[in-house]
Amino acid sequence: MLNYFIRRAAYGVLILIGVNLLTFFLFFNVNTPDDMARLNIGGKRVTQEQIDKWKAERGYDKPLYWNRKQSGVDKVTQTVLWERSVSLFALDFGRSDSGRSIDIGHEIKTRMWVSVQLAVPVFVLQVIASTAFALLLVFFRHSRIDFWGVVLCVLMLSISSLFYIIVGQLFFSRMLHLVPISGYAGGLSAVKFLLMPIGLSLLARLGTEARLYRAMFLEETGKDYVRTARAKGLSEALVLFRHVMKNALIPIITSAGSYLPYVFLGSLVFESFFGIPGLGAFVIEAISGQDFAIVRSMVFLGAMLYIASYIVIDLLYTWADPRVRLA
Amino acid sequence: MPKIVFLGTDLVLYAIALLLVWYLWRVARNANLRATWEKVVRDPVALSAAIVLMVFALVTLVDSFHFRRALPRAPGSVAGASTSYAPKTESLLDLVLSRQISTREVGYSQPLAYKAFNKETVIVNGLAGRDFPRLKFGGAQLSDPDSQWSADIAARSVAGLLCGLVVAALAALLTAFVVRRAHGGVAGALGDIAADRTHLPLRAALVTFAVICALIGPVVALMGSYHVFGTDRTGNDVFYQSLKSVRTAFVIGTLATVATLPFAIVLGVLAGYLKGWVDEVIQYLYTTLSSVPNVLLIAACVLMVQVYLDQHSEMFETGSERSDVKIFLLCVILGVTGWATLCRLIRGETLKLRELDFVQAATAFGVSPARIMARHIVPNVMHLVLITTVLSFSDLILYEAVLTYVGVGVDPSMNSFGGMINLARSEMSRDPIVWWSFVSAFAFMVTLVLAANLFADGVRDAFDPRARSFRPRLRRAAMS
Repeated sequence: MLNYFIRRAAYGVLILIGVNLLTFFLFFNVNTPDDMARLNIGGKRVTQEQIDKWKAERGYDKPLYWNRKQSGVDKVTQTVLWERSVSLFALDFGRSDSGRSIDIGHEIKTRMWVSVQLAVPVFVLQVIASTAFALLLVFFRHSRIDFWGVVLCVLMLSISSLFYIIVGQLFFSRMLHLVPISGYAGGLSAVKFLLMPIGLSLLARLGTEARLYRAMFLEETGKDYVRTARAKGLSEALVLFRHVMKNALIPIITSAGSYLPYVFLGSLVFESFFGIPGLGAFVIEAISGQDFAIVRSMVFLGAMLYIASYIVIDLLYTWADPRVRLA
Repeated sequence: MPKIVFLGTDLVLYAIALLLVWYLWRVARNANLRATWEKVVRDPVALSAAIVLMVFALVTLVDSFHFRRALPRAPGSVAGASTSYAPKTESLLDLVLSRQISTREVGYSQPLAYKAFNKETVIVNGLAGRDFPRLKFGGAQLSDPDSQWSADIAARSVAGLLCGLVVAALAALLTAFVVRRAHGGVAGALGDIAADRTHLPLRAALVTFAVICALIGPVVALMGSYHVFGTDRTGNDVFYQSLKSVRTAFVIGTLATVATLPFAIVLGVLAGYLKGWVDEVIQYLYTTLSSVPNVLLIAACVLMVQVYLDQHSEMFETGSERSDVKIFLLCVILGVTGWATLCRLIRGETLKLRELDFVQAATAFGVSPARIMARHIVPNVMHLVLITTVLSFSDLILYEAVLTYVGVGVDPSMNSFGGMINLARSEMSRDPIVWWSFVSAFAFMVTLVLAANLFADGVRDAFDPRARSFRPRLRRAAMS
């Protein structure tokens, strides 16, 4: 088992190197540091000195991949690629490119917990709500409840999440005045700000997830062990909850686990719509401000979380199904 | 003579349309494919959804034929001088809706309104007062709108509805005429259609068509003198914007999936068939790509493209060419970043296929690997490609809205559902609320996505027998 994790982690590092090379190529080759400098200094007439100064301040003044002027190992290490990559792997994200030049690492640390406050309840409740709804449909399969339930699912998944947000804000905040329309406050008062985003993001994904889970459960109900359980005279509820649910756990873990990275990264759309200062809103700000240092850091962080979450998923497999052996 | 302009996305859309025609021809000649597709069209839901999709596709095609009008010659110019063209690129749809473009009001107005939405200072009998001014175009034909308005609206709607129903009735008659042989005459055919005793679910199809006609009829009747869906902040017709957004949605939905196909098919088949280090490399590639959160990767790519285009603005003659290149590149980016899932599926299927007897036999006969892949593997993974393509169509339309909201979607100058929702967001928080942009974007988008989803489900059920068993079925007893 330990062997397995070491191998997975090593492969993860390999993938991170790939991700890093990819983003580096995107951000530094398609757009040279000179372009970035021009963009950030702004204005029509930008002199070469200004550009050089901007690059020197941020350490972009070295060659990108290969430093001819140096000798030996320094040919590789005295480059932008090396410096940026090594610092990323050390989780030192550096400072942002834009004018205020904020410390990205610090920003991520403080914003991450805000995102977690929104994303953990969403994640947990999503699995519970979707499983419950799907089980309901499966329990009443081939009946009107199942039929109209699936119709409802298809209808719900055909509606863009933006519509849920706008209608939700209109209805709950402006008409009923139940919760604030947007914003965020620390401590316990966060609850009233988070209630609506949590509820709406549950609703926005319920259709997709519930339909998927229903198919997973139905796939299990066609199997022999279910027939055996029924033949033994077990009640339908017992068959569903005891046998089918346990066996459907593996696909559910796979599907739910793929959302794990977003528990930390936060939801881009929901955070920015509701003015919650999490990582998702951070990314949107960076995108609209064209701050590449932040976007690059977040891409790297996202990839890292993705790899970590897949290792967690593998762990969960062994818990859900003892037959799974990691080797 | 107007100058015909072929935008990049136009050409690809034509190519996709041609590809569809070719595919239909293939289906008609291939008994297996024909049987499977018959399952799709025999499903009433899928057939109805297909009809709705076809209406949207028609709008897209009409909107994909672009030209630039020739400007009148300057007086005194030399006879042989080259004509210059208007800077604006128009499409056939713009011609059809030329009234909607030209009748621009000053600001917001409600659907079918004859008065503006906001009060302005107007002078009545020499006295200045605050009132809602009359619209320049909406309901301008009415001399006394307060008393005539509702009667005019009702008359036009009923006339439009009747015309729509007449068209639907004609369609029903025509259908009955076509199938009269199998049902013993036209009257018998009509009876069988009404009782749903036809081979294809013609009743469902005709009902869908009738509903579409009944909706389009009044809209067409009213749009001559009113803004059927109101006007937006700058007084532009919302109905026109919604129709233009359909093309954007279609472009994203089709192009972005088509862009994934070359990577997914070639790499997936190579990885599955050759195994070994090729497999390792390809797996590494797609794991790397899929381990970056999708929106972030797309945002990173789009940002790069945006900066590049901003610096090379001299490359484009007109604004629409520029926004067209942007949406084209967006689709390419979506394709380059989105092939991992399909590639994984195809690789798995190829691994399975290469051990089957017919492939082993081909290998034993000494057929070259390239030929085996092209002749024996690729045709057998095509059902996966088809299912994925239709399923991702609706996802991409929804995705476009999110991307546009994030700021990495289509150009703001291009009409799109995402852009409409984005604007509607601030309109919805006004008081009194400006709801019509939002509602019409919602209506169009949900219809399109729902139709696409239902059609995709029908296709998946037909091509993947395992999925069919998950279909919600009512027991016969419950249905009667």
